[in-house]
Amino acid sequence: MAARRWPPLGFELRVALRFLLEGRFQSLLIIIGVAAGVAVVAYITALIGGLQRNTLEKTLGAQAHVVLTPLEETVAAARPRIDGETTLSDTQARAQRLRTLANWPAVVAVLERRPGVVAVSPMVAGAALARRGEATRSVNVAGVELERFDRVINLGRKLVDGSLRLAPGEAIVGVTLAGDLGLRVGDRFSISTGTREDSVRIVGLVDLGVAEQNRRTVYVPLRSAQSLFDLAGGATRIDLSLDDVWAARALAAELARELPAKVESWQDTNAQLVSALNAQSVSTTIIRGVVMVVVVLGIASVLVVSVVQKQREIGILRAMGTTRAQVMGVFLMQGALVGLLGALLGVLLAAGMIELFTRFVKGSDGLPLFTITLPPRVALQVALLAWVAGVLAALAPARRAARMDPAQAIRL
Amino acid sequence: MSDDAPLLQLRALRKTYNAGRPNEVEVLHGIDLALMRGEFAALIGPSGSGKSTLLNILGLLERPSDGDYALGGQSVRALDDDGLSAMRQRALGFVFQFHHLLPAFSALENVTLPALARDGHVSPAVRERAMALLHDVGLAAAMQRKPAELSGGMQQRVAIARALVLQPALVLADEPTGNLDTASSDDVFALLRRIHGEVGTSFLIVTHDPRLAARCDRVIELIDGRIARDEAVPRAEG
Repeated sequence: MAARRWPPLGFELRVALRFLLEGRFQSLLIIIGVAAGVAVVAYITALIGGLQRNTLEKTLGAQAHVVLTPLEETVAAARPRIDGETTLSDTQARAQRLRTLANWPAVVAVLERRPGVVAVSPMVAGAALARRGEATRSVNVAGVELERFDRVINLGRKLVDGSLRLAPGEAIVGVTLAGDLGLRVGDRFSISTGTREDSVRIVGLVDLGVAEQNRRTVYVPLRSAQSLFDLAGGATRIDLSLDDVWAARALAAELARELPAKVESWQDTNAQLVSALNAQSVSTTIIRGVVMVVVVLGIASVLVVSVVQKQREIGILRAMGTTRAQVMGVFLMQGALVGLLGALLGVLLAAGMIELFTRFVKGSDGLPLFTITLPPRVALQVALLAWVAGVLAALAPARRAARMDPAQAIRL
Repeated sequence: MSDDAPLLQLRALRKTYNAGRPNEVEVLHGIDLALMRGEFAALIGPSGSGKSTLLNILGLLERPSDGDYALGGQSVRALDDDGLSAMRQRALGFVFQFHHLLPAFSALENVTLPALARDGHVSPAVRERAMALLHDVGLAAAMQRKPAELSGGMQQRVAIARALVLQPALVLADEPTGNLDTASSDDVFALLRRIHGEVGTSFLIVTHDPRLAARCDRVIELIDGRIARDEAVPRAEG
C-alpha cells in the first residue's frame, strides 16, 4: 500500500509546510535562529581560515618549508663508559664553524625528484658586516641561485624597488638595511666576513614582511658567497618548498633518517605559531559545537510546543488512516525544512558579514587586513550540518507525536 | 463474503481500563452487536454509559480488552497499528462533535486530506469527487475558505464531506450536531440522511438528542456498558 504513494513524502511535505506556515511567527523566529547559528559558524570558520592562511602566508612567505643544514659537530667521548665504573669526565662543546653540506649537488638532485617537493634551493648563508662609509651593520648574507630561490620564497613578489636579477657583484637587500646604510638601488657597499671583503652593487630592495629580516638580509649570487666565506663549491643549507605545507614535518623526519644532515620543518622552527594555530582550530570547533547544540535545542523546543498544540490535529490525521510513521514524518519534515531554510538564509548572512568585513575592516595601508572567503565546500558543509541538526532536533518531538494515542488526542 | 453478512460484528466485547491496578474499571461488559451494510443507526445512552468507548473501538482508535470485533468480515484483533491505520483509511469515515478540521487547510484541502495521506498526492479524480461532495453539502461557494471563516454548521458539513471522500463502508459520527444550534443541527442531520440515501454507506451516529435518534432507522441504547435496547424505529409514513 505504502509503495504506491507518490511522491514518496508528498503528504508529509504538504502537511509540514502548512503547519510551518500556520505558526508563521514561531517558524520565522526559529528559522532566523537557525540562520544566525549557521551564519556564526560559517563566518567563524571563514574568518579563522582566512586568519590562519594569512598568518601562514606571512610566516612561510619569508622562509622555506624544510631546511637542511650540516649535522652539528660533536666531540667524541674520550673513552667509552664502562658499567660499574665511576668516571669523571667533562666534555666541552665545539664551536660550530660554517661548513658545507657533504655532497650537496647530489642531495639537491635527489630532493628534486621527490614527490611533493616544489622547489629546492641550495644556499651559502653566514654572518657578515655590511659597511658604507662610517655606517656598519651586521647582516646575514645568503648566497643563492636566484631562479631556484625565487621559487622557494617568491622573492619577486617582495621586490619593492629595482629589479629581480643577481649577476656577480650584485646584491638584493632588505629595505630597512638599505635605509640604515643610506643606500638606494645602484649604490655600492662592502661586505666583510672577517677574512674577506667584497664590494657589491644594489640591484633590488625587498620587503620580507618581517622587520628583523628587512634589517639584516643581503642576497648575493651563490658563487660570491662561496668565495666570501671560503667555501669554494660548497653550500651550507638547502631550502625546500612543498606543495602541502602541513606535510613538512613528516617529510623532515623522513629526510632526517635518509640523509646525513640536520632537517628542520617550519613547524619545528615555529612551534609556538603551530600550537597557537591548533588552539585556534580547537576553539573554533568548540564554538561551532556549542552553536549547533543551541540550534538543535531551539528547533526542538519549538517543535515540542507545536506537537502539544497540534494534538487534536494529530488525532484527526490518525483517525483518517495516517500511520505513525507518516505523523512522525510530518514533524521530521518540519525540522528538515526549518534546518534547510535556516541554512540557506544563514549562508547568505555569512556571505554578507564577510563582505562587510572585507569592506570595512582595513589595515593602516587602506587594504583589507587579510582576505576571508567562504569556500563553497565550507558553506555546503555548514548548511548540511544545520539540515541534519534540524532533523535530529525533530526526532524527539516527532516520536512523541507518533506515539500519541489517537482516541485521547481527539477527545481533547 | 455475501452481501447479507454483517458489515460489523461484535461478540462478547469487553473493555477494561487500568487492568490489574486498584483503579481497574470495566466499561463495556460483553457487547454483542451486528450492523448491516447500508444501515442508519443511532447509538444513545446517558453520559458514562460507554458510548464513546464503544465508538472508539468500532473506529479502531482503541482496542477491545476481550471478545471479538470483525469489520467487513475481517477480525481486527490480530492487526498491528499500521494494519489498523490502513483499515481506518479503507473502511471508515469519522465525523466528530468539534469538527476537527485542520485550520491550516482550506475546506477543499481538508476534504482531500485522507486521499493525500493515502496516495501522497491528490489525483484529479479525487479532487473532482471532493468538489462534488462539497457541492452536495451546499458549500460550492466556500471551498477555498479556511475553517475559521466558516460557521459551525458549515465546518461540520466539510467534516461530513471529508468522512465520505474515500467512500468508506461505515461512517461513525460522534455527536455530529452536538454543538450546533437547532436549525443547523436539523440541516446537518437532514444532510446525513440524504447522503445515506444517495451513497448507501452505513452510518452509526452517537447522539444525546432523542429527536435525532427518532429520525434514525434503528436505535441502540447503551446503559452502564450493556446494550439495554436495540430496536428498529417505526417509520411514520409521509
